[in-house]
Amino acid sequence: MRNWLLPEFIEDVMPAEAGRIECLRRQLLDLFKVHGYQYVMPPTLEYVESLITGTGSKLDTATFKVVDQLTGRMMGLRADTTPQAARIDAHMLNHQGIARLCYAGTVLQTTPSGLARTREPFQVGAELFGHASVESDVEIQRLMIKALQAIGLDKLHVDFSHVGLFESLIEAGAIDAALEEALYGALLSKDKTLVADLAHGLDKTIQQALIDLTDLNGDVSVLVRAQAILPPLPNIQKALHELTVVADKLNHLNVQIGFDLSELRGYHYHSGLVFAAYAQSYSGPLALGGRYDEVGVAFGRARPATGFSLDLRGVVTALNAATLAKGILAPQGDDVTLQAAIEALRDMGEIVIQALPNDQTDLSELNCDRALEQQNGEWQVVSISNSKFN
Amino acid sequence: MITIALSKGRIFDETEPLLAAAGIHAIEEPGSSRKLILETNRADVRLIIVRASDVPTYVQYGAADIGIAGKDVLDEHGGEGLYQPLDLQIAKCKMMVAVRKGFDYEGVIRQGARLKVVTKYVQTAREHFAEKGMHVDLIKLYGSMELGPLVGLADAIVDLVSTGGTLKANNLEAVEHIGDISSRLIVNQASLKLNRVALQPILDDFTRAVNSGVATTN
Repeated sequence: MRNWLLPEFIEDVMPAEAGRIECLRRQLLDLFKVHGYQYVMPPTLEYVESLITGTGSKLDTATFKVVDQLTGRMMGLRADTTPQAARIDAHMLNHQGIARLCYAGTVLQTTPSGLARTREPFQVGAELFGHASVESDVEIQRLMIKALQAIGLDKLHVDFSHVGLFESLIEAGAIDAALEEALYGALLSKDKTLVADLAHGLDKTIQQALIDLTDLNGDVSVLVRAQAILPPLPNIQKALHELTVVADKLNHLNVQIGFDLSELRGYHYHSGLVFAAYAQSYSGPLALGGRYDEVGVAFGRARPATGFSLDLRGVVTALNAATLAKGILAPQGDDVTLQAAIEALRDMGEIVIQALPNDQTDLSELNCDRALEQQNGEWQVVSISNSKFN
Repeated sequence: MITIALSKGRIFDETEPLLAAAGIHAIEEPGSSRKLILETNRADVRLIIVRASDVPTYVQYGAADIGIAGKDVLDEHGGEGLYQPLDLQIAKCKMMVAVRKGFDYEGVIRQGARLKVVTKYVQTAREHFAEKGMHVDLIKLYGSMELGPLVGLADAIVDLVSTGGTLKANNLEAVEHIGDISSRLIVNQASLKLNRVALQPILDDFTRAVNSGVATTN
């Protein structure tokens, strides 16, 4: 029996990568902290009603479920931390004004997602509750850009869209739920042929606008084009205005900014601006975010909300391969001067491993490249090739 | 560097005029070369020759920026991570349900019988029969589906039909049209955003070529 094998798309993270992930996690949480985002630790599992309500069926099928032996109710293992943060904001904190929260932890998903192909992403994110207009979106977007730049991802591309565009076309065209779902799928893949087929028979203006959405992607000139060709519905004007504000406020941040008006990812629970960050070294979105004012309704207290999250397991693959820091091997013994020398090195952040009696460990397994040796009565760090350990 | 994923044979042959319209010519023919990476006249564009059903996977993971894949293959793949902005109108055919001549397909459905179906296109078949509210047992085969009903392996097949010649030769007939198939231009989502300056002109050239009927139509 190979019963030590792990399930598909579930893996151990080994020292080099685990060390890197932990380092990034600290860096990100420190950054969020100085921006006033308070760290919360929501539970790994809770009743499905609170975990899934208001977020659409995709999250439902992504959630592993177990029966609570105490109550007989169904519990889910969180597949996304965002709704938990929204629940905390709505009921636990109960702030009247703005609340800023952040989190970091693993989530579990029934099917692997993203390029990392894992069912256990390590989700780190920040959310801002209680502010409805575009300035809070910009704050979150700036934080996301800063976070990605801080961990060493330069040449970022940030792509923006607004679900209000599609929403108002659906409303103006009185399009039923089945057709809405089909159009949503077709727009997500920019399948112009399919959009045209599906929209056949709709009001001519709406039909043309839906087809045009598939072409409205590119730099900031897209917004000018959209203004000229999309119907002048009030919600479309509002969405385009918000996108223009974003373009103005972020253009000095040393990132490439793009607009893709048929991007509707998370349409079922997003309600305004949505955005995604890309980097040259990674063939998929690195971080995703957007506004989700409706989610709180499920918790009895609708609060405007915007935020972003990223999967650290995916993000590390976009960075240069992680290497383990090399350590210093010290001889065994309780000698006071030896102990003092070891502690002094450790205080400086060095990895010092003290040999144990009858230690047969191979030097390469210890990952040390230097040794601590006594020379002329002084403890000295020497290269391992010159040491007696070799 | 822009990498374009293609499959050998019909798709490659019918894509060549479109590539030419975008100013891209393969230096070697995939028919005569055994190389899997083909250089082109443009230093920044290369072609990779992969199995047709693998094209979406190469593009999804960013191993290729652009690909040409049949709608049949895309439906099986699911399209995650891909844009499919352009119907190239090439390699056209139909996805059909076919049975042995004389088999009363409609009658069997009316009785609510559970059919055995052999196909290479499991997702497409599953979705089609689910939509009709039919229970079927799907058996995956990798080729020569037409044999299934003849040797008692299945009652029906779901397969691509181009001229209908193979069906006819094996005493089968098409009873249901699932959908029209043609090749699509697919693009990796991140590539389109990150390398728009390089990719957009190629996409535009393809679009113009398709609209002006450069591609072979049949």
